[in-house]
Amino acid sequence: MNTQAPSRLNGNAAEPRLLDLGGLRVELKTGGRWRTVVQGVSLNLEAAQAVGIVGESGSGKSVTARSIARLLPRGARVSGDVRFDGEPVWAMNRARLRRFRARDLGIVYQDPRAHVNEMHPIGDFLTEGIRDHSPRERRELAVAALGATGIPDADRRLRQYPHQLSGGLLQRVMIAAAILPGPRLLLADEPTTALDVTTQSEVMAILAEQRHARQLAMIFITHDLDLAAAVTDTIAVMYAGTIVETGPSATMHEAALHPYTAGLLAARPRPARVASLYTIPGRPIAAYESGPGCVFASRCAYVQQRCLQARPEPRPLGDHVVSCYRAEELQGTLQQALERA
Amino acid sequence: MALTARLPRAPALLRAEEPLVKADMVAVAAGCICIALLTVAIFAPLIAPYQPDTINAAAINQGPSAAHLLGTDSLGRDVLSRALYGARLSLLGPALVTILSTTFGTAIAIAGTWVGGAFDRLAARFMDILFAFPGLLFAVLAVVAFGAGLIAPVIALSVAYTPYIARVIRAAAVHERQLPYLETCQLLGYSSWRTAVYHLVRNVRLLIVAQATLAFGYSLLDLAGLSFIGLGVQPPSAEWGLMVSEGDSALLNGYPYESLAAGAAIVITVVAFNVLGERLTARSQSRQ
Amino acid sequence: MPALLEVENLRKVYRVPGGKGRNADLVAVDQLSFQVPAGGSLAIVGESGSGKTTTARLIAGLESPTSGMIRVDGEARKPLPWARGERARYARQVQMVYQDPFTSLDPSQTIQACLDEVLRCHFSQDTDARGSRISQLLGQCGLDDRHRHRRPRSLSGGERQRAAIARALAAGPQVLILDEAVSSLDVSIQAQILNLLASLRSALGLTYLFISHDLGVVRQVSDECIVMYRGAAVESGGTQNVLGAPKADYTRQLLDAIPRPGWAPRRQAVHPASL
Repeated sequence: MNTQAPSRLNGNAAEPRLLDLGGLRVELKTGGRWRTVVQGVSLNLEAAQAVGIVGESGSGKSVTARSIARLLPRGARVSGDVRFDGEPVWAMNRARLRRFRARDLGIVYQDPRAHVNEMHPIGDFLTEGIRDHSPRERRELAVAALGATGIPDADRRLRQYPHQLSGGLLQRVMIAAAILPGPRLLLADEPTTALDVTTQSEVMAILAEQRHARQLAMIFITHDLDLAAAVTDTIAVMYAGTIVETGPSATMHEAALHPYTAGLLAARPRPARVASLYTIPGRPIAAYESGPGCVFASRCAYVQQRCLQARPEPRPLGDHVVSCYRAEELQGTLQQALERA
Repeated sequence: MALTARLPRAPALLRAEEPLVKADMVAVAAGCICIALLTVAIFAPLIAPYQPDTINAAAINQGPSAAHLLGTDSLGRDVLSRALYGARLSLLGPALVTILSTTFGTAIAIAGTWVGGAFDRLAARFMDILFAFPGLLFAVLAVVAFGAGLIAPVIALSVAYTPYIARVIRAAAVHERQLPYLETCQLLGYSSWRTAVYHLVRNVRLLIVAQATLAFGYSLLDLAGLSFIGLGVQPPSAEWGLMVSEGDSALLNGYPYESLAAGAAIVITVVAFNVLGERLTARSQSRQ
Repeated sequence: MPALLEVENLRKVYRVPGGKGRNADLVAVDQLSFQVPAGGSLAIVGESGSGKTTTARLIAGLESPTSGMIRVDGEARKPLPWARGERARYARQVQMVYQDPFTSLDPSQTIQACLDEVLRCHFSQDTDARGSRISQLLGQCGLDDRHRHRRPRSLSGGERQRAAIARALAAGPQVLILDEAVSSLDVSIQAQILNLLASLRSALGLTYLFISHDLGVVRQVSDECIVMYRGAAVESGGTQNVLGAPKADYTRQLLDAIPRPGWAPRRQAVHPASL
């Protein structure tokens, strides 16, 4: 997976990727003013692959995911490429868009209660996406889906209402509902942030099983780098509306090349107690608060003059892609500091 | 070189202070009209060209002219002056109703929310009973019992409006009540009074002002209506509702100026206060 | 040396509507006992339904225990409701910082007014003395004059939480309860606040009761910890020991479930409390 601008999709022999984001830029109107929330995100995904988008508040990670599903507020300004299987999502007509969201895409949100209709039993919610089957088939599929997500006594559960289920259980139902229609891409926006850590482990295990069984691709959004590393193949770190580093999940924790990624890793509370944690000074900023240079320049410990003048382009370094002028020279330094921290 | 080396100068990453009052031009315009009306009412004696009750038999039912900008009525009185002086009585009644109903409505809402339990249920039942009295009818009954004028209708309308205000304030107060910052007042050892008044009321004060503004507009219409049917302010006082009624014979004879001027005054005032009240209500609720 | 904060056989039972129209008893905290020495830091760890937040609220005096005893500085707490004088006195002993910085501050108050109110209610100082005390509190919490006249809505999450800490410290307490005080913050901000809390503890000699579900945070801030499950303490002791060599099954399960390099999610053998 790489983060370079797409160069293949021009009708020749190259097979389109499952998902292709090219130079995505999103502006939202808040408080009467237009604000850039995502500034130039390029990302792509093959079938059955999982990428984790990791960032703090203001990084634009949720908005990026919603752009894929075209679930932004009305009137949002979007530019750049969003292609699913080669087809531009933002050019789809209403009927195609509806089919896209119902069949090809599955979405799991952080707060299940905000996205489910309290007035209907969960059986109704589960089968909403498969209305073209007969009622008997729908019920069987729903029972099977609940069983697959580890919910026993499915018959009884189908008749229950959302308020009768705990948060962990309801989130499992949400996952079952999202994958029941057989989508090819799952968008998971902080699906376990509100859950206990043991429930999170259980829910993520179930999700991993389902993904393997159905060859489902996934975009997993979280603030937890370790969690993303455990459940995805690649990690993209976002800051101030842009991706600053991309790399394989398995080695990110020890081979981070961007100062922000290294800072995030070092700021986590450690197994062995240290006198004080490393902190990145200041606070995470949003895209519209960043200046002309590197988005991280105002908080970076290694900032130089050129960092303030022009934004570094993403470039490959080993098996990572990083947006930093000093990535090569800082490689050793960052690794040493990470080991020591 | 560790990650902590060479920390950059502390960045000014303080979020820009958002302007609290984004200019809502419609609300500002409505507010200016309201203020202008109140100013006119207060300074009427200085502005009006004539006394409101100066009868001039020679100038009955005249149209607008240099001497009488809005014409004269069936007794030769200057319509403009009567309209300006009329603002005083026309706005005094609603002001009283607003003050009384807002004060009692807010007090009952806050007390019920704060104390809770049986007291809250009792207050709610009491408000339910008050809801059953349609304002205007109640005012008419009060006039029948206590005589026409301003006092009886004002008290009756205050009673009738109280539950409406109480209901809105209570809904907002209940919402605020469950937020942790009120509990921290308890933790910090503040008295109930301080917490309820200084913290809870302050956070719903915009809504209180909004409801009061709306009450002003509605009560003005009710009181003008009462004066129109002869149960409110009595002649020869200048009052808009009364003027609309007194001008009806002239209206039928083709001289609409008195009724028109008074009617326009009522409409402008009610619309201005209602628009302002609705905008303030919307603003207070968007803050949640 | 006697403990500053002592809890003995603390128990809290709620009546909840059960099935078939009968009421059931929900035991939120069951026979909890512990001691915290002056200047110490005890963490209570657990997931949802463990009773850790209820314990914090009982010690803070926001709810009254069904049975059991709470002692602060050798003095047993009277049962609720407290008279005004007592509430004010207890407020100067124990304070709490809440999880959500967005709703735990009065939105209509500037930070200056907020801190000033605490000082006026508890201490008789003149305006100048209060002003300099406010400056001192702000400085201790990493805020400055720029923040003083702002309302919470124009501060970031980390700044609001610092203001909440400053407000708690303004009452001059000996014990500070931190109820998931860093859980809502970004990772980089969380590290700043944890460092701040550590330095405040050593500078001011505070005693901490740290409520958290995050074992990494617990490792960072506490000397001792108690692991709670469904209202009862399943394990307690020095933090390094409990988290390094856990004896209880639940503690092991909790540790296993934490994402870390080389970790993979697993279905749980023991049914998690939240399901």
